[in-house]
Amino acid sequence: MSEQRPPESAGTTPAVGKDEWVARLDDNRARRTGLPGVVEERLRNVPWWAWLTLFVAAVAALPIVYDSGYVRRVAFDTVVYMLLALGLNVVVGWGGLLDLGYVAFYGIGAYSYALLSSNQFDVHLPTLVTVPLVVAIGAVVGLLVGLPSRRLSGDYLAIVTLFFFQLFIVVVTNGDHLFGTNVTGGSNGIGGVEADVDPFNLFGRDLVVSTGGIFNVWYLYVALAFFVVVFVLLRFVNHSRIGRAWRSLREDPLAAEMMGMPVNWLKLLAFSFGAAVAALSGTIFAGLNGGVFPTTFAFPLLITVYTMVILGGSGSQAGVVVGAILVNVLLELLRDPGQSRYLFYFLIVVGLLAIFRLSVRLAVVLGGTIVLGFAVHAIASSISDAAVSGASNGGGWLADALRQWVITPSSLGAWAPISYVALVSLVLVLTLLAGWVRIAVLVPTLYLAAFVWENVMLAKPEATRFIVLGAILVAVMIVRPSGLLGEKRVEIV
Amino acid sequence: MDNFIQFTVNALTLGSVYALIALGYSLVYGILKLLNFAHGDVFMVGAFIGFGVLQALGGAADPVISIWFVLVLVMLSAMAGCAILGVAIERFAYRPLRNAPRIAPLISALGVSFFLTYSMQLMFGSQQRDYNAFAMANGALFFKGFDIGSVRVPLLRIVIVVSAFVLMILLWLLVTKTRIGKAMRATSYDREAAAMMGIDIDRVIVFAFVLGSALAGAAGVMFALRAPASVTIGFVAGLKGFTAAVIGGIGSIPGAMAGGLILGFAESFTQGYISTRWSDLFVFLILIAFMLLRPQGLFGKADIKKV
Repeated sequence: MSEQRPPESAGTTPAVGKDEWVARLDDNRARRTGLPGVVEERLRNVPWWAWLTLFVAAVAALPIVYDSGYVRRVAFDTVVYMLLALGLNVVVGWGGLLDLGYVAFYGIGAYSYALLSSNQFDVHLPTLVTVPLVVAIGAVVGLLVGLPSRRLSGDYLAIVTLFFFQLFIVVVTNGDHLFGTNVTGGSNGIGGVEADVDPFNLFGRDLVVSTGGIFNVWYLYVALAFFVVVFVLLRFVNHSRIGRAWRSLREDPLAAEMMGMPVNWLKLLAFSFGAAVAALSGTIFAGLNGGVFPTTFAFPLLITVYTMVILGGSGSQAGVVVGAILVNVLLELLRDPGQSRYLFYFLIVVGLLAIFRLSVRLAVVLGGTIVLGFAVHAIASSISDAAVSGASNGGGWLADALRQWVITPSSLGAWAPISYVALVSLVLVLTLLAGWVRIAVLVPTLYLAAFVWENVMLAKPEATRFIVLGAILVAVMIVRPSGLLGEKRVEIV
Repeated sequence: MDNFIQFTVNALTLGSVYALIALGYSLVYGILKLLNFAHGDVFMVGAFIGFGVLQALGGAADPVISIWFVLVLVMLSAMAGCAILGVAIERFAYRPLRNAPRIAPLISALGVSFFLTYSMQLMFGSQQRDYNAFAMANGALFFKGFDIGSVRVPLLRIVIVVSAFVLMILLWLLVTKTRIGKAMRATSYDREAAAMMGIDIDRVIVFAFVLGSALAGAAGVMFALRAPASVTIGFVAGLKGFTAAVIGGIGSIPGAMAGGLILGFAESFTQGYISTRWSDLFVFLILIAFMLLRPQGLFGKADIKKV
């Protein structure tokens, strides 16, 4: 039935780098029939600006619904991450250039803002002058850093941009003795306790960071405004000649050059656009925090932004925004053991449901794991009371229930690394198995996962957060390289 | 003059550690054309395995057997552990992406690197681990040695440089004289043609990872004998090792050795004569210049793209 439907307009617009027939074959196969299919098609025909308006309205309404400083702060951070992800998407997703110095542009934006409006050199430019100036600085620096891309490609470009990142960190952390003057404040940064970096000043009013101890909601709205401007602007760029040229460059630089595209200029432009967006995000970050510190712009931040872009789907603007939200909310939840526990078991159950659906095998796995847990718990408690008498991390009803099932020794000692390594090995082995053997291995793996989660990972949320990021990067690349919303790329060999 | 000798000795020790790391990059890059970002973290894990074995054998001050056996055991177990780790990384993070676009394994490698760093932090915390080499054999490694003029070259430095060079010579023999070495060279020259000639590419790739990671493990132990190790040492060491490989010409074994030594000299002498604060700046500037002016390195062949 679905074959008789006329082709939709959305599917027929020509897109560079996509084999239309192959791409649409998969879509046609996956298309649902009946009511879900109709709903899906209706949703697909909603224009992009409607989604954007809806999304922005939802974010703007968030502080009204949840009137807490914490929610405002997390929402603000998420919007800044969305900006960063949009900028990185230009370089990596559209230009296909692996830029590992991206966070340095964010840092350059923040430091430029701090130098142009603070007591450091007693320069206090108005915000409406500083922000465009900083964006221009970012664009120019991006152009300069992009220059090596004229000669280098792929891994070499990645490593040169990584060197640039290192240079930035070295200069900034040692910049308190630059030719005898204190420029960047060294490892103390600029600002800090006395907060001598000016807050944003719009229409004659200072945007102070917090009023009465509650995070100033106006910063969220300014960041949101930046986001809308950047999103719309980049969307127009992507749908212009430049955007099409970028995509052709990403798919095949040689062919693009043959077709007369100014390949070098396009690469520089991609770098420059990305850097300008990062610098813009830096200004609001510096204005909000009243200071800049070198430790902010480190390697973990780079990996965080990369995970957002890759998970959401590099190349898709909506994708990287979704990626930024998912990753930042995930990182926030992982901070607190009480909350991340719910998330962990929820994800395990959902994952099992996705793999086995509602089947006998699912019942076997779940039942087997539960029985195994009680058995292990009973044996452990009969051997020694110390094996089950440890305190659980965080609280909540789930923690109390799990204490009867997962063994929580009062001290782990060498068992922490042993159990963790065993868990990682078991999970890796699981990916190689199939059939009933897999189910047989899955049951102890699940129990071990619960053990490691309760005893090892919840105790160190900082390490756990970044372990999860690293695992997401590898898993997404292997399972679904296009990310959640990215367009499927067909390799034409 | 005394300073000069001191800096040269430093440069040699530092350079031989960089050279060992560089060899791992070179071996893998030569065959897979993949920049293995996780290599620096394998190096870090090597330092930690060595520390664990050292503690299990009674620690540096009071070992259960002779300290020389302990050193050999520490080195061998770090190499073996890292080799296993390298094979696992290849099998689970890189092999599924062998035919993916070039950017995919690079991102996967970033993920592996991050995963390893923070897994180690989860298991062992972020505090520094000191081998306490000073206590080994009652300080003999530091106080004994031979004299050049008025400068004493400690035994520890000699042990590091000599064992690094022994490992490199062994690798050189392995690659040039054995069957599997020949297969590696053939694969790095032209992977498809080698496969058509009946060479098992998977085996060659796994072997490259075994060799490279084992050398990184040895380098990790050598590094930790000189300075305390923490989970964060992998990043910068990996970066410098890669640079050494690029300076020498990636894919070339003598190139990696030369590149490591050049980098060691550059770092040691800028630290000694110019400034400790800015030595990294000079090192990275030299590298960027090198990458731009001669990306094929000292010993590499210019890369001619055939289409």
